[in-house]
Amino acid sequence: MADDLFNSFMNGPDENGRFGDFGGRFVSETLMPLILSLEEEYEKAKTDESFWAEMHDLWTHYVGRPSPLYYAERLTEHLGGAKIYLKRDELNHTGAHKINNVLGQIILARRMGKTRIIAETGAGQHGVATATVCAKFGLKCIVYMGAHDVERQAPNVFRMRLLGAEVIPVTSGRGTLKDAMNDALRDWVTNVRDTFYCIGTVAGPHPYPAMVRDFQSIIGKEVREQMHEAEGRLPDTLIAAIGGGSNAMGLFFPFLDDKSVNIIGVEAGGKGVNMKMEHCASLTGGRPGVLHGNRTYLLQDDDGQILEGYSISAGLDYPGIGPEHAWLHEIGRAQYVSITDKEALEAFQLSCQLEGIIPALEPSHALAHVMKIAGDLPSDHLLVMNMCGRGDKDIFSVAKHLGFDMSGPEGRVFE
Amino acid sequence: MTRIDAKFESLRARGKKAFVSYIMAGDPDAAVSLEIMKGLPEAGVDIIELGLPFTDPMADGATIQLAGQRALESGMTLQKTLDMARAFRQSDDTTPIVLMGYYNPIYSRGVDAFLTDAKDAGIDGLIVVDLPPEEDAELCIPAQAAGLNFIRLATPTTDDARLPRVLQNTSGFVYYVSITGITGAANAEGADVGPEVARIKSQTDLPVIVGFGIKTPEKSREIAAISDGAVVGSAIVERIAAGDSPSDVLAFVKTLSDGAHSA
Ligand SMILES: Cc1ncc(COP(=O)(O)O)c(C=O)c1O
Repeated sequence: MADDLFNSFMNGPDENGRFGDFGGRFVSETLMPLILSLEEEYEKAKTDESFWAEMHDLWTHYVGRPSPLYYAERLTEHLGGAKIYLKRDELNHTGAHKINNVLGQIILARRMGKTRIIAETGAGQHGVATATVCAKFGLKCIVYMGAHDVERQAPNVFRMRLLGAEVIPVTSGRGTLKDAMNDALRDWVTNVRDTFYCIGTVAGPHPYPAMVRDFQSIIGKEVREQMHEAEGRLPDTLIAAIGGGSNAMGLFFPFLDDKSVNIIGVEAGGKGVNMKMEHCASLTGGRPGVLHGNRTYLLQDDDGQILEGYSISAGLDYPGIGPEHAWLHEIGRAQYVSITDKEALEAFQLSCQLEGIIPALEPSHALAHVMKIAGDLPSDHLLVMNMCGRGDKDIFSVAKHLGFDMSGPEGRVFE
Repeated sequence: MTRIDAKFESLRARGKKAFVSYIMAGDPDAAVSLEIMKGLPEAGVDIIELGLPFTDPMADGATIQLAGQRALESGMTLQKTLDMARAFRQSDDTTPIVLMGYYNPIYSRGVDAFLTDAKDAGIDGLIVVDLPPEEDAELCIPAQAAGLNFIRLATPTTDDARLPRVLQNTSGFVYYVSITGITGAANAEGADVGPEVARIKSQTDLPVIVGFGIKTPEKSREIAAISDGAVVGSAIVERIAAGDSPSDVLAFVKTLSDGAHSA
């Protein structure tokens, strides 16, 4: 733990929603009153035992928490170094960590008397989680999804529709997560009185980055206890993939003040972090700017125009990153690296073959970094990777990348 | 006194309401939009809002989103937008220009460098949609110090408790957004707008101009009659999008300004 409160990394954000220079409330006036009332409502809920009792009840009985911390023995043997643990958040109801956060926001929305829920989604996991919880509570649900993502994540689109949500394909921009978020914000401005915007990651105007982090922190809290039970001590390294950064913040946050714990976030390197911006590595390849309500690192051109990133993974295809990560990066508390599409695809296959776990493409990026570093670490080094989603949604696009034709009864390998 | 203050003083003296028009800088390209801009005063425009193109205009509907895309595709930048204002100033030193856009291009340029250049280019005021009073330290306060007006949006959700905060660092005029929504969407309703304008005027001496959802000469007149003036944006930009010639666009603008001026 920190020597004193002032040296803690866990006090942010300040009353203006800033983590250092990052974060803030860069929204239009129409939304401002609502954001302030959300903040007030959240501050009340945070210290309200009945709020957390409801969360824990649903986490346990609806989501299936705690998710296991699993020792990946064959992966460990194969890589020949650090002892690798996977935090199995892909086993949650709906198949990813996203539902941890959605439950919190929907309970808040109900407390605020909002009847209409909107969400943006990239991979579709946050959309599915939101549609699911809305179905459970009988709330109207509208999900904005980039037209390009609607195509590459077709199974999740059908899931959302089955769950009663309206999925609106977004054609502005390149039709990915950034554009979906723009349209969700436009909907919110228009329907501000009855609508709650359920943001899927640790981005957006204050209080979203802090609130989503707090809801996702159940991941890190469980890891702390589970690792203590398994090994009697803290882990040495934490690794998680970063789109906006919610699964990563959830794993990292409870360990920020444990100086011995090495923290690594993995951004999507796409075709390689280069001048052509064929990647989504905001920290590695971007610079500070203001978008979607907060100041953070963004992919942008010299004129401050936002660039469309690129990644094989729809969930990582976002040109920004949560402001708390931008701050952790600048102060050096966490390290951020990038992994290419190709490396992620290799990791995807390795996880299937060695552990019998079909991972989502997002955590496949984290796993690819594990593959890079584990071999050089000693065998008593405890490494935890957040397996934040399962790959069911990705098998069609992975098949395409691997040249596997799924149209026939037996399938057929090209080449 | 800025050009904006002077303009309102002269309108008041003549007993006229203001007509404010919005065009996107560089739509469809720099030359045509400058030609249109130069004709606006003649078409009865009292204040020009010049849109600064941005890739992610969160508070704008499809019409202005597409105008921004056309402008960016034609190579428009923040620098070229300021150059356009500078070119306009060569033949017009009285019509106020308000730059309207989003914060990131300005932040990316650097606030101090931007303010110096904007002032020098003949910009009089700024409307930056994603800078609420909570972020005043970013640009609002430095802009006022540099002699530029910072015009704030007040909206139907700005309640009485919040209104003083919104008005506090506002100068030039107050822009009342007539609807909860994005540009180019719903229609402004005089019956809703009237009491809101009165509410704002009870707390400030600044002129209150109303925009969003005004598309016709009749609406321009109706809204100007119950406020200090009307803003039209999307309806003009739609004409530009349809490929109307600058003179046709300006003829349409004239009908809108006649509406406001007959109020
Ligand atoms: C499985 C999975 N992991 C990660 C992400 C990226 O989001 P975040 O960085 O907020 O965890 C997504 C987003 O859709 C996802 O579905």
